[in-house]
Parts: sequence; C-alpha cells; structure tokens
Amino acid sequence: MNTNNILLRIENLTLSYGDRPVVENLSFQVCAGDYLCIVGENGSGKSTLLKALTGNRKPDKGIIRREGVRYMGYLPQQSDIQRDFPASVWEVAVSGCLERERKGIHWGFGYSAESKKRAKETLAMLDIEHLAKKPYNTLSGGQQQRVLLARALCASEELILLDEPVTGLDPQATKELYAIIRRLHQNGTAILMVTHDIEAALTESHHILCLCQRHPEKQNAAAPFYGTSAEYKASLSGDGCSCCKPEKTGPANPKILPPTL
Amino acid sequence: MTFTEILSSPFLTALVGKSLVVGVLVSLCASLLGVSLVLKRYSMIGDGLSHVGFFALALAAAAGVSGTHSLEASLPIVILAAVLILRLSRSDKINGDAACAIVSTGAVAIGTLINNLTGTGSSDVCSSLFGSASIVTLSEKDMVISIVLSAAVIVWYGIFARQIFAVTFDESFARSAGCPTERINLALAILTGVTIVLGMKMMGALMISALILFPPMTAMRLFGNFRSVVLSSAVISILCFLVGFFLACWFGLQTGATVVTINVLVFCLVSGVRAIRFKKV
Repeated sequence: MNTNNILLRIENLTLSYGDRPVVENLSFQVCAGDYLCIVGENGSGKSTLLKALTGNRKPDKGIIRREGVRYMGYLPQQSDIQRDFPASVWEVAVSGCLERERKGIHWGFGYSAESKKRAKETLAMLDIEHLAKKPYNTLSGGQQQRVLLARALCASEELILLDEPVTGLDPQATKELYAIIRRLHQNGTAILMVTHDIEAALTESHHILCLCQRHPEKQNAAAPFYGTSAEYKASLSGDGCSCCKPEKTGPANPKILPPTL
Repeated sequence: MTFTEILSSPFLTALVGKSLVVGVLVSLCASLLGVSLVLKRYSMIGDGLSHVGFFALALAAAAGVSGTHSLEASLPIVILAAVLILRLSRSDKINGDAACAIVSTGAVAIGTLINNLTGTGSSDVCSSLFGSASIVTLSEKDMVISIVLSAAVIVWYGIFARQIFAVTFDESFARSAGCPTERINLALAILTGVTIVLGMKMMGALMISALILFPPMTAMRLFGNFRSVVLSSAVISILCFLVGFFLACWFGLQTGATVVTINVLVFCLVSGVRAIRFKKV
C-alpha cells in the first residue's frame, strides 16, 4: 500500500506541557495509503501531537509539513458543546467543505453546488443520507461519530486524522466504525488514528507509532516506537517498547479504556 | 389617548421613532450574536461587558463628557474590556468563569465609587442600571451611530455565517480547516461589546444581556438546526421588543424591563409547551 508518496512530513517535533516536554524530537511521515495508529499511555502526548498536526497547537520546535495533500480531514474528540448543539446533520457534514469553498465575499449559510454534491455523496457513502435533516443532538453516539467522519471526509478523502473515535461507543457501534474506517482505507484514504485501543490498533492498522511516557524522574525513557503492526506486536513480548510492555507475562494488557455505555 | 393618536403626534413620532429604530436594531444584533455566545458558553462575556458598560458610563460622566457623548466615550472602554475578557476566559492558567466575574464585579464597584465621588445623582445611577425611564434620552446622533454599527454587525454575520457556524460548533475542526477562529472569536467579543453599549441606555446595564440570552434560548427550544435557530432568534427578539416597547409606551412602563419581561414570558411559554409535548424540559 505504501507508495512512498509522502502526505505529511514531521521532523524533529517537540511539544511540551509548560516546561515538561511530552514529545521530543519526533520524526515520522504519513504516506498515501497509510493506516497509522498512534498509541501510548494517558499523558504521553498522543492528543497533543494530533492537535499540533491539525494546527490547533504551535509546535515548540520542529516542522510539520503538508506535502502531498492540500486538505486534511479531522475528527476531534467530541466536546460538551456539541452534545446539545442545535445543528442538523446536513449542516455539520457540509461544514467540512468550508476550506474548499471559493474565496471571496459570500452571503449566508449556503454552500456552493459543488460542496453540496460532495456532502451528499459522502453522507450516502456512510449510509446516513436519511439522517440529513435530523438534529445532530438527537442521534446516538455511533451515528454522531459517523456524521463527524462525514464532515472529515468532506474536507479531504486523501488523509483523515481521528482522535480516539470509538471513545464512548458501545461494542457494536465500535465494530461498525472500525469497519467504515477500514473501508475508507481500502478506498485509498490515508488514516492517522490516535487510540487507546491497542488491540484494535494491532488488528486494524498497518503502522504503529507508540509514544512512551516520559516521566520527569526517568530522564532517558525509551524513544518512541515506530514500525509496522507486526513489529510492534513482536516488540511487546520482548523489550522493545518500555511504556507499553506487559506487566509481567503474557500478551500486553491492551484495553486501557474499554468502551463504556 | 389611543394608539393611533400617540403614533400620529408628530413630536412623539420623532422620539418614539428613534427609540424604536435603535431598539429593533439592537435586538436584532443581540439575538444574532447571542446564538454563538450561548452555544459557546460565553454568556458570561455578555453579562460581564454590560457591567463594564456601567463603569464606562460612570467614567464618562466623571470625565465631564456630557450625556450626548456618553455613547462614543463608552465604546472604546467596553471594546477593550471585551478583548480582555475573551483573553482571560480562554486562558489555561486562570479559571475563565471567575476571571470574567472579577472584571465585571470590579467594574461595578469602581463605577459606583466614581459615581459617589462625582456626586452623580441616584436617579442617573438608576437609569444606567435599569434603563431610561422615558424614551426621550436618545439623540439623533445616537440613532445614526446605532444604525451604522448594527449594519456592521449584520453584514459581518451575513458574510461569515458559515465560518461562525464552524467555529461555534467545533473550534478544533474549524482551525484544522484553515478557518480564522481567533479573529472570529475576537470579532464576536468586540461586536457584543458594541451591541451592549448601543442598547445600554434604553435597556439598562443590568438587563441588556437578557437580549443576548433569551431569544437564542427560546429559538433553541423550537428548532434543531442552526440556520433556523439564528433566523427565529432574530424574529423572536424583534417581536418581543416591539410588543414590549408598545406596552411600555401604552402603560408608561420602563422600556427595558417590559421588553425583558416579554422575553421571559415567551421563553417560559415555549419551554412549557415543549415540556408538555415531549414530557421533559
């Protein structure tokens, strides 16, 4: 799948909380057709990294460059604001086209015919066309995530970045969402997903980036792991990655955060 | 005197007409901006700014700015406060809610002291808190300023409607899509400050934020999509103002209090009907 067509290049990236660096000198690339999962403990900087990649946070050092892509889709973690927000599914989905709209003076809430077509096709692809007129806040958690995924796809079908997309979903909805993401990947969308769910990361993704937690007292914590899922799996039983190493024996304890509900 | 007689009297028409124009415009602006403020949990900003408005009026009076110029004098102070409160409420280091309350209560305290020191009469203080008792206080110039600034709010809202939706619904996504979220937030805060200053003379510092809160809250109970909420919020706000304004004229009540009470009644009515229909609030 890896065609070496680089979409996103990250070089020597450093991100910190206050004085404490959570990500240091990180370099990796996201290529066309990649399915990359970013795993790591709480506080290891997974979400911070994603915020930096999506322009929601300034890197302290280093470079993040979009190379092969002009647009990217982002599925952030849901906020409280959204849960009771009066917006229709259509309004949410079509807002993903905002960056693609022609520049210049525009009046009102409407989108161009091109964007409307794009949003309509995306909703149809995710089987939520029939929900278009429904208020977003009346949908189930799984349906809401699909709508946000539709919005991300409206923004870009080349690269989407997902921040813990299955958090709060029941097992069935989780399975369905992973299936959709798998389908998108098969259709050629590069996926970059931050997740707690290491088991799913191992089965679903092709590459894994594991951010190891840097304890202030442990100066030389292990460097972040980057490799294929198979390599990562092998490293779990050995001494490869210190932060995710299994407690004592057996396979890693993957379900740090089981789906609730 | 009947309604038609009041309206046909040339002297009153001029006075009522000015207040009516300013009131309708301010109601419209407040309801538009209010939708985003309420949804973004920024309601405190509106409330805080109205308190700063009270401070600004006191300061203007102390500086010897006469009543006819108080509008221009308050504008820069409230706009500055809007920027400050927005910064504070978004800061990671300070509790935003508390920061906002600190600025607003501090402004009221200092404003009151200034009033004490300058010997501002209690009737003047009352009118800046609760709104003017009569409708005579608006000048020709107030109306022109109101029309120009309201037009600015409406044009801004119209042009950036899609961006405003994106930033209100999901700032992280909006930013990832290259939307100028900081500028939208800043404009929102500044225009809220402007709207508050425009409406303060008529509505009073304590009640102007009701115009920002009630129409959107009512509209949200009626509709499930953003566009309808914005449009109905504007319609509800203007209708409530008109009803309140004419009732106030008719019965000789204070305009601000009457308009806000109508807003409260409509909100309760809509909530009640909804509760009965859906068996929940």
